[in-house]
Amino acid sequence: MQAFTQHSGIVIPLDRRNVDTDAILPKQYLKKIDKEGFGAHLFDDERYLDAGDVDTPPAERRPNPAFVLNQTPYDRGTVLLAQANFGCGSSREHAVWALQDFGIRAVIAPSFGEIFQGNCFNNGVLPVILSQRDVDELFRLCRQAPEQPLTVDLAGERLRWGDREWPLSVDSARRDALLAGLDDIGITLERAEKIQQYEVRRRREEPWLF
Amino acid sequence: MTQHTLYDKLWDRHLVDTLPGGESLLYIDRHLIHEVSSPQAFAALREKRRPVWRADANLAVPDHAVPTRNRDLGVAGIRDGLARQQVRRLQDNCRETRIPLIDLTDQRQGIVHVIGPEQGLTLPGMTLVCGDSHTSTHGALATLSMGIGTSEVEHVLATQTLRARKLKTLRVRFHGELDEGVTAKDMVLAMIGRLGTAGATGFAIEYAGPTVAGLSVEARMTLCNMSIEAGARAGLVGYDGVTEDYVRGRPGAPDGADWEAAVTHWRGLVSDPDARFDRDEVFDAGALAPQVTWGTSPEMVAPVTGQVPVPDEAPPGQRDDLRRALAYMGLTAGQALEGLPIDRVFIGSCTNARIEDLRQVASLVRGHRLSPRIRQAIIVPGSGLVRLQAEREGLADIFECAGFEWRAAGCSMCLGMNDDRLAPGERCASTSNRNFEGRQGKGGRTHLMSPVMAAAAALTGVITDVRGL
Ligand code: SF4
Repeated sequence: MQAFTQHSGIVIPLDRRNVDTDAILPKQYLKKIDKEGFGAHLFDDERYLDAGDVDTPPAERRPNPAFVLNQTPYDRGTVLLAQANFGCGSSREHAVWALQDFGIRAVIAPSFGEIFQGNCFNNGVLPVILSQRDVDELFRLCRQAPEQPLTVDLAGERLRWGDREWPLSVDSARRDALLAGLDDIGITLERAEKIQQYEVRRRREEPWLF
Repeated sequence: MTQHTLYDKLWDRHLVDTLPGGESLLYIDRHLIHEVSSPQAFAALREKRRPVWRADANLAVPDHAVPTRNRDLGVAGIRDGLARQQVRRLQDNCRETRIPLIDLTDQRQGIVHVIGPEQGLTLPGMTLVCGDSHTSTHGALATLSMGIGTSEVEHVLATQTLRARKLKTLRVRFHGELDEGVTAKDMVLAMIGRLGTAGATGFAIEYAGPTVAGLSVEARMTLCNMSIEAGARAGLVGYDGVTEDYVRGRPGAPDGADWEAAVTHWRGLVSDPDARFDRDEVFDAGALAPQVTWGTSPEMVAPVTGQVPVPDEAPPGQRDDLRRALAYMGLTAGQALEGLPIDRVFIGSCTNARIEDLRQVASLVRGHRLSPRIRQAIIVPGSGLVRLQAEREGLADIFECAGFEWRAAGCSMCLGMNDDRLAPGERCASTSNRNFEGRQGKGGRTHLMSPVMAAAAALTGVITDVRGL
């Protein structure tokens, strides 16, 4: 996993509740078998005015000027700000790969879809939960000074924007893993013996499961 | 006396270890795999030279991107090159790792959440995961079942465990007798309408109460299936005689002495009478009318007798979302739902494509014809075996005589990864579970409802209260 300690970047304001993973990455792009290149299709349905066929060459696509990702300076943004329940719906991790490939390192919202939130952590994209009031304030601030970067300091557990600061609280296990860029599977496999012992016991007690 | 919920019991039983930092390591009894969320997980294992921990605890099936026509041609019948490559990759990955695969031409092929229970590969007391959010479906059989992402798919393949934190528990009790024409789909849509799409985030929902006790396992699966649309990662129903009758004799079910031992164990898979839940909600199922979604989130739902809301009358924080949803759906504030013209009908998905759903549809459309207003109505059974059963019972003939297209099994127009898709602006009566913008095709407009309500819309060409037909 990609480590995360601190990041500064322009905030992309997406002032909407219940943004689902279908919207973040539409289904026609789920057919790829690697993790590359999804950023070009982040929010594809809304970002482009054409039909969004997989085969359309990039040069022939028609960007929707009304969509935030097609506006400066947000096209250079690396922190996404949204409203409650961001990333609800489908479990597709492709949605996170798309955010990451676009360059987004952190997403801030009052709440997240649970599977999406886990997928973010597992890819080194930091999901930050802030209170509704703080989120609303951040929307206001970022619109006033779009070029002003936000600093997401995971090690120091703070968010900073100009002289404003908010505490940043993240699940401690997830935080440690992100800071160190730990390999989850490697850590679990250190417990291989425990898993095997568990299997021996279950096999004895519920043999029909094996 | 113990005071454990069913969720607590399943959790405790599968706890392998606690990790530094406080997460738990849960043992996973069954892992279901499909073509879309797995290739990157297999590739990562290969790259790190990690073997699959226990191949026979897995089952793979292609379902999401597969066409619902030309099935006899197998993979060669998939015209879309990327989808074909994805299904081929699943075949290769399974061959390499010795994971059992139900392939495209296998009669048992179908939507992963339909075939698990159908094959008896979902058994009470299990933990079950799949790289798909509707894995909550399997909780209808007293299992702890959750959707996971691709990184977690890799973790489960490599370790047979999942890292997790314990969820809170929400008990949703339904009492009262369902009106004729009102189904489990209406129960769960009404629940989502009240709780909201994030209302149960962080919870596992246990469905209980006399109405749920009276439901078949298939209908309970419809309830558990849509738990995720309320934000809950898992849905559960306690084990009872209905569960037992459903599981008995299935290919993966134990038999002989094992069956007796299993049943003795399974009978304890209920919440204790004095178990404490973190939260309780109660619904009067007897008061429910058929439900129809009008917006772009499953919480945007109303009784068919109701109206589309008026954004100006909503709390200020919600007005923009409502306006946006109405604009997308091509509706005006305050408009009645009944009578809204429909272009297409989709009967299928892991929510409502089991044999009981199809029987209900057939009983309504027998001897009738689709309204000439309907451009296309397709019925996509949940599995090849459901399809076969429906043909044996004569249901397929009824559908075709009525003008429906009778397709091969898969996810199909539930998410539109294959050719079955809405065109921009088309309005669809759909038995699936998500009405998100673009879900069934860019610009498509989805109204979620039960199978009988979709059938009613097919016959009249407009959204119709099935109770009046
Ligand atoms: S039928 Fe729809 S919801 Fe169910 S698994 Fe397939 S795509 Fe997902």
